[in-house]
Amino acid sequence: MLALTPADYDAVGLSIKVALTAMAVSLPFGIVYAYLLTFRDFKGKVLFEVAVNLPLTLPPVVIGYLLLRLLGKQGWLGPLLEAAGIRIIFTWKAAVIASAVVGFPLLVRSIRIGMESIDRQMIQASRTLGAPWYDTLATVILPLSLHGILAGSSLMFARSLGEFGATIIVAGNIPGVTQTIPLAIYEYASSPTSEELAMSLCVVAVAISLVALFLHEVLGKKLVRRN
Amino acid sequence: MEIRVDVKKRFEKFTIDADFAVAGERIGVFGESGSGKSTLVGLMAGLHEPDQGEIVLDGDCLFSSRNRINVPAERRHIAIVFQQPSLFPHLNVRSNLLYGYKRRIVEQRSVDFEALVSVLHLEDLLARGVNNLSGGENQRVALGRAVLASPRLLLMDEPLSALGDDLKFQIIPFLRSVSEQFGIPFLFISHSLVEMRLMADKVLVVAGGRIAEQTTTDALARSRMGLSPVGYINLLKLASPRRLDGLFAYKWGREELLISAGNDKAEAIFELSSKDIILFKQHPEAISARNLFKCTVANTFAAGNRIGAELVCGEKTLVAEMTRQAAAELGVTEGCELFAAFKASAFRRLG
Repeated sequence: MLALTPADYDAVGLSIKVALTAMAVSLPFGIVYAYLLTFRDFKGKVLFEVAVNLPLTLPPVVIGYLLLRLLGKQGWLGPLLEAAGIRIIFTWKAAVIASAVVGFPLLVRSIRIGMESIDRQMIQASRTLGAPWYDTLATVILPLSLHGILAGSSLMFARSLGEFGATIIVAGNIPGVTQTIPLAIYEYASSPTSEELAMSLCVVAVAISLVALFLHEVLGKKLVRRN
Repeated sequence: MEIRVDVKKRFEKFTIDADFAVAGERIGVFGESGSGKSTLVGLMAGLHEPDQGEIVLDGDCLFSSRNRINVPAERRHIAIVFQQPSLFPHLNVRSNLLYGYKRRIVEQRSVDFEALVSVLHLEDLLARGVNNLSGGENQRVALGRAVLASPRLLLMDEPLSALGDDLKFQIIPFLRSVSEQFGIPFLFISHSLVEMRLMADKVLVVAGGRIAEQTTTDALARSRMGLSPVGYINLLKLASPRRLDGLFAYKWGREELLISAGNDKAEAIFELSSKDIILFKQHPEAISARNLFKCTVANTFAAGNRIGAELVCGEKTLVAEMTRQAAAELGVTEGCELFAAFKASAFRRLG
């Protein structure tokens, strides 16, 4: 039997909430970035590409620290946020931002692969049939890169679910407020008497990941059949 | 339709430097693979931006580097039928057909959906997914989709190259009838001289990114007779066949042609190479070739080391070729009378 405390249920709920929100918030930006990288040529494109992929190579703790410097009270944007009455650091929103930054390159990469697989002549056909770029994006590019969007969203969801390093620095580890599954397991693992609780949360994490992967496979196959 | 193009576009290993003005409804763009035909199409349609120059269609400037005008592709109303149909796989046939149609302002729609579907025989395909279509059906849908966008100009970029011979010549009548019935001028791009002659009247010859020549399709075919291993291809559109001694007899003006590759279809197109026509000064006593006609030489022309002779046989004309020496021995001059013979098996049915 799973031995879960009320705080564990909060951690599970918060993990799912953070992962889904990070995914939803990042998706429009991911699509725009992937579109620009795939279909547009502009000066500084290489730098743009490097910037998008940077979180992949940086240690998450570094990302967390930089976010803290950016959004913290004494940070670069801190005074502005405080003046607007917005508090981010050590709230669940900080966990969302940390997850979004860390998972963003994975999202963009997958969407980009989906977009690159589209026959360019279809896009040219759409343009010569009277569709402006935004119309072509909505009616040809997005429907035909749905498998990439789906793959990127699944990857980002899974990455967010497991996000630890950046989250603990920027959101802390406050039970019921910012404690996600990895943070709760970390806390249990530090205590010799909480092995069973840690294992229970591991089982929940595996179960959520399996459901996400299963959904990804089923929807992916449906899309392949359609296209 | 009148289009004036004077553009330069430099690529890494290739430069387009095209300067031409052409008027007509059925214009061909002929050139070998890699000569720059498709790039020229992209420049005219607004898919590539020239480095400099000007493109004017029926008096409307579509591109001018001097005046900083570059009308985007979606507002040029120049549709393209590509070599690959490039249909949208997530849409069914009806939605593919209506893609450009819906994006045209109602008052500017010049093609009726039902009429087009009927001309292209697409009635039974409308609800189908495009992945379930044959090669010919795919290309008919692509053509219909482009025409329904009511374009000012239709660019057909090697639309037949991906099709087998049988399908190719089934599609040609559709390409022509759609343009004629809905009054849409076209530029037909191809590296096949036979396709060019079936589709276009005037032709621009592209070589090395430049317009090397502007001529008629027939004049182009004659000038290339000496270069081509199949000589000049006589194209004959024949009708009303009847079976005769194991062959098919087709009406040909006042005469009748005997052809072994015929079929029972009411109409067919055949090709006959200028190399397969044998000329006699006098009527041969007996001959195995089943087609023998008395002809008058209308004119002669030189192509490389060969001499071509345009023969008037009754109401019809044929082009035959021979070496210079043979022409001298036969005394082939304008107005002279000869006998032309060709075998029933010399014809190839195109469609």
